[in-house]
Amino acid sequence: MFGRFGNLAPVLAQNGQQQQQRGMATLKHISMRLKSVKNIQKITQSMKMVSAAKYARAERELRAVRPIGDGTKQFYEKAEVTPIADVPAKLVIAITSDRGLCGAVHTSVARHIRNELAIDDQNTKVVCVGDKSRLILQRLYGKNIIMACNEIGRLPPTFIDASKLADAILKSDYKFNSGEIVFNRFKSVVSYNTQTLPVFSLASVTAAPKLSIYDSLDDEVVQSYLEFSLASLLFYSMKEGACSEQSSRMTAMDNASKNAGEMIDKLTLTFNRTRQAVITRELIEIISGASAL
Amino acid sequence: MAAVRSLSKFFSLRSFSTTTKRAYADQMSFTFAAGNQVYYEAKSVKQVDVPSFSGSFGILPAHVPTLAVLKPGVVSVYEDSGNVNKIFVSSGTVTINDDSSVQILAEEAHPVANIDVGTARDILSKAQSELSSATNDQARAEAEIAIEVGEALVKAAE
Repeated sequence: MFGRFGNLAPVLAQNGQQQQQRGMATLKHISMRLKSVKNIQKITQSMKMVSAAKYARAERELRAVRPIGDGTKQFYEKAEVTPIADVPAKLVIAITSDRGLCGAVHTSVARHIRNELAIDDQNTKVVCVGDKSRLILQRLYGKNIIMACNEIGRLPPTFIDASKLADAILKSDYKFNSGEIVFNRFKSVVSYNTQTLPVFSLASVTAAPKLSIYDSLDDEVVQSYLEFSLASLLFYSMKEGACSEQSSRMTAMDNASKNAGEMIDKLTLTFNRTRQAVITRELIEIISGASAL
Repeated sequence: MAAVRSLSKFFSLRSFSTTTKRAYADQMSFTFAAGNQVYYEAKSVKQVDVPSFSGSFGILPAHVPTLAVLKPGVVSVYEDSGNVNKIFVSSGTVTINDDSSVQILAEEAHPVANIDVGTARDILSKAQSELSSATNDQARAEAEIAIEVGEALVKAAE
């Protein structure tokens, strides 16, 4: 939408010069365009209000979820789990949503993954959460996408969504050795950064050097532990993603309303100038007609 | 495991006068987070009792590092002030690290005081009727899990 606004401005400037010669028709055009920009501004303003409300909720919920994400990460850090070097199979999970008009949140996730795929696209598979990442990635790396899910972003993500996704990933026959979740970490209303969270397979956890200090572990316990922690990591990253998306949409819509306001000012000015020019021209025509008699 | 714990307790008692630097081992950094609410975040507590699939066990500071998967039941947290906080969990994980930090991550958790016995019984009987009407393996497994949660709920509420 912003691209379109940007392109309109020079066209309008040209029209402003042309209409002085052409009169009536462009006057109507300008008033039509003015009306449409006003409508767009109304839409962007209400979208901003909606996303502000959604953002407030997402931020509140995110604050409650952060300990889950941190707690899940702790074990991997403290047990010093690292991927096994000789098995290259890798899984990348892109956390985006179905909805656009929110700045660069989705493109920055997709760009991160594209850079990784550019290095090695043979042993890396992608799971797309949300339609946006699928749309961006499928053109170049369609064959790398093993799974895509949509209906993300309409409602705040829940733990059930995350566990369904984790279940689907674990049931897929792709045996990955290491993986990562790419998501936008929310920093403040105006900023987020694209980060990754590591995901490990059972083999790489059992090969961890410091696992031996953990008492009474069998493969079954570790497997169920990993399944649950994948679900909680996904839940955490989906919450972070949702919060960054709403905050980013809020700023994007605020900018769009501001830009629309500027355009309305310019258009009103051109509209009034044109109307005056038309009146003057008609007066000149009448007066010169009368004086010719 | 109990022997190891008492042994380590014995050692820490004995070495207390000589090495006060080991004070961190007497402190537990306890985090209890659920999908719906955060109960503790890096707090120091006396003891935590958790129900796990390999049996219920108590966690004291300087517990041997381990991982466990929670089963439906009541987590009892003995706070430093002497209060006992009983919280019902549906499922989740317990991680005990070698720096004496403990993380309990649950799918859902609610204080036992908030559970209504009547509703818990309803859930249990509904799950039982679902099991009898289950046709395939997956539905049966789901109903069995629901019964397990229901039984634990009723037991916790009573």
